[in-house]
Amino acid sequence: MKIRAIMVNTFREAIRDKVLYSLLFFALLMIGGSILLGRLTIGENIKIIKDMGLASISIFGLLIAIFVGIGLVYKEIDKKTIYTVIAKPVHRYQFLLGKYLGLILTLLVEVSIMSAGLLLLVLFYEGYIELSILKAILLIFFELMTITAVAILFSSFSTPILSGLFTLAVYIVGHLSRDLLAFGVESESAMIKYSTAFIYYSLPNLDNFNIKGKIVHQVLVSWEYLSFAMLYGVLYISIILLLSMVIFQRRDFK
Amino acid sequence: MIAVKTQGLSKEFRTGFTMKKVSALHNLNLEVEEGEIFGYIGPNGAGKTTTLKILTGLIYPTSGNAWILGRDIRDVAIKKDIGFLPEGPYFYDYLTAKEFLYFYGQLFGMRKREIEEKMDELLNLVGLRHVKDIQLRRFSKGMLQRIGIAQALINDPKLLLLDEPMSGLDPIGRAKIKEIILQLKEDGKTILFSSHILSDVEMLCDRVGILTNGKLTDVGSLDSLLIPEVKSIEIVTSHMEENTIEEIKTITEKITLRDEKMLIMVDSEENKERVLRIINRNNGRLISLTPGRKTLEEYLVEKLNRGVAL
Ligand SMILES: Nc1ncnc2c1ncn2[C@@H]1O[C@H](COP(=O)(O)OP(=O)(O)OP(=O)(O)O)[C@@H](O)[C@H]1O
Ligand SMILES: [Mg+2]
Repeated sequence: MKIRAIMVNTFREAIRDKVLYSLLFFALLMIGGSILLGRLTIGENIKIIKDMGLASISIFGLLIAIFVGIGLVYKEIDKKTIYTVIAKPVHRYQFLLGKYLGLILTLLVEVSIMSAGLLLLVLFYEGYIELSILKAILLIFFELMTITAVAILFSSFSTPILSGLFTLAVYIVGHLSRDLLAFGVESESAMIKYSTAFIYYSLPNLDNFNIKGKIVHQVLVSWEYLSFAMLYGVLYISIILLLSMVIFQRRDFK
Repeated sequence: MIAVKTQGLSKEFRTGFTMKKVSALHNLNLEVEEGEIFGYIGPNGAGKTTTLKILTGLIYPTSGNAWILGRDIRDVAIKKDIGFLPEGPYFYDYLTAKEFLYFYGQLFGMRKREIEEKMDELLNLVGLRHVKDIQLRRFSKGMLQRIGIAQALINDPKLLLLDEPMSGLDPIGRAKIKEIILQLKEDGKTILFSSHILSDVEMLCDRVGILTNGKLTDVGSLDSLLIPEVKSIEIVTSHMEENTIEEIKTITEKITLRDEKMLIMVDSEENKERVLRIINRNNGRLISLTPGRKTLEEYLVEKLNRGVAL
């Protein structure tokens, strides 16, 4: 109940912020813009639309996750709004979880709106909607939930700018981490072997969530794979949130 | 029962790049009795806010312990009985007054009906019913202070911790808050509040605690703190003959004549009696007799000056 109240309050703050609407506007503009690009490439029309559409959802979702995520906890402390909440019978972990879920709810709404835009376009051009595109969107959403957790972790102990940079770094390296591991295995140096393995296992392997290319090119993605990726996401998010809670529990609000 | 008890409570902050230690609170032993209004005073930076932040779990003490209503402050459940108004105040400015109070009601696990009833009552109490659907970003400072008080009362708390509740309020607002505080005491609640407005503290408090540089230097009822400090008694008379002045001057030099009236200050009970006898003998009329108990303000200023001199 208390977690839900904090979640709803966080969601309310987000939807009363104009920045979110402009982001959403640009996302829809980009999804719509894929029609123009599609015109230029004969025959590949629908592929371009799907490709750009999914990329837009992913990028704009990422922008929201990072920008809102890094300020989520910091702003409450900086603006001292957290004082009255912590003085109520609310555990700190409940507060953190509520904030996290509030942003996830915001992302859910945003991603749904963007997806609706994309699906309408696909329906218009193809006449039907395949289930596979929903699979891609589902995994994009899990990726966003993972990134949000990472943003919260950083913002539970550092400033928004640093958190933003760290989170962006995790996003980039997280997409390269499999290559990194491969590079490490080939390497002669034990140092490089261990450090690349460390990075691979501690940072999220975000490629697990990336099936956009396969979906666009109509390669089948099995339900088994989907379940594996989602389970991976849930586990990773749980660990990151737990870590955030431990840090958050110990700090002074001043 | 003791409403608030601290034992050897200390807090050090580490600041700056060098992590230099700043001692904000030093070995604080404070006891606030249940049912009393306790005024927590002291100059800027004395550690009042730090104390309240420790009691509400916003920061952790470096050492020492504290109990609220007999239970350790580390137990989050004690917050069910606390109402807290932070210094400031800073609130979610995108919420309307109603949404704001509703949110805090939910944090206490109150039911919808329960919250709504309490909300109406509180909005009336702090005089904000006409703006209940307006976002807090459009509130004035005093209005924020009022909604802050309402927020602190949503759970009908047994103990109120108020950090400068009267700051930023106009005279009517201040009178209103004082009235609310006195009413809360009538209802059997304990109030611990910090303030710089000493006349308010004097009027409201059963006991005060004076904090200086993180140390509690004085605790007690106002009478016990101020009466030993009585230095002067003020006597106002009229219809006195000119020649009596000379007689009184042998007792005290502090005589002021204004219109028909004469204001005489004496420094002891004994001298007071002597002056009264002179007035009687000369058929003067006694208008007022005021034992000049020092004001809390004079007391504090003197105390601090002495501290600086040391
Ligand atoms: N976050 C912080 N970091 C470092 N020092 C701090 C911090 N907060 C408070 N202090 C220091 O602790 C001391 C006590 O501060 P506190 O805010 O408790 O004073 P106060 O009695 O509430 O003062 P005021 O009347 O101005 O509100 C001050 O010396 C202050 O500089
Ligand atoms: Mg203060």
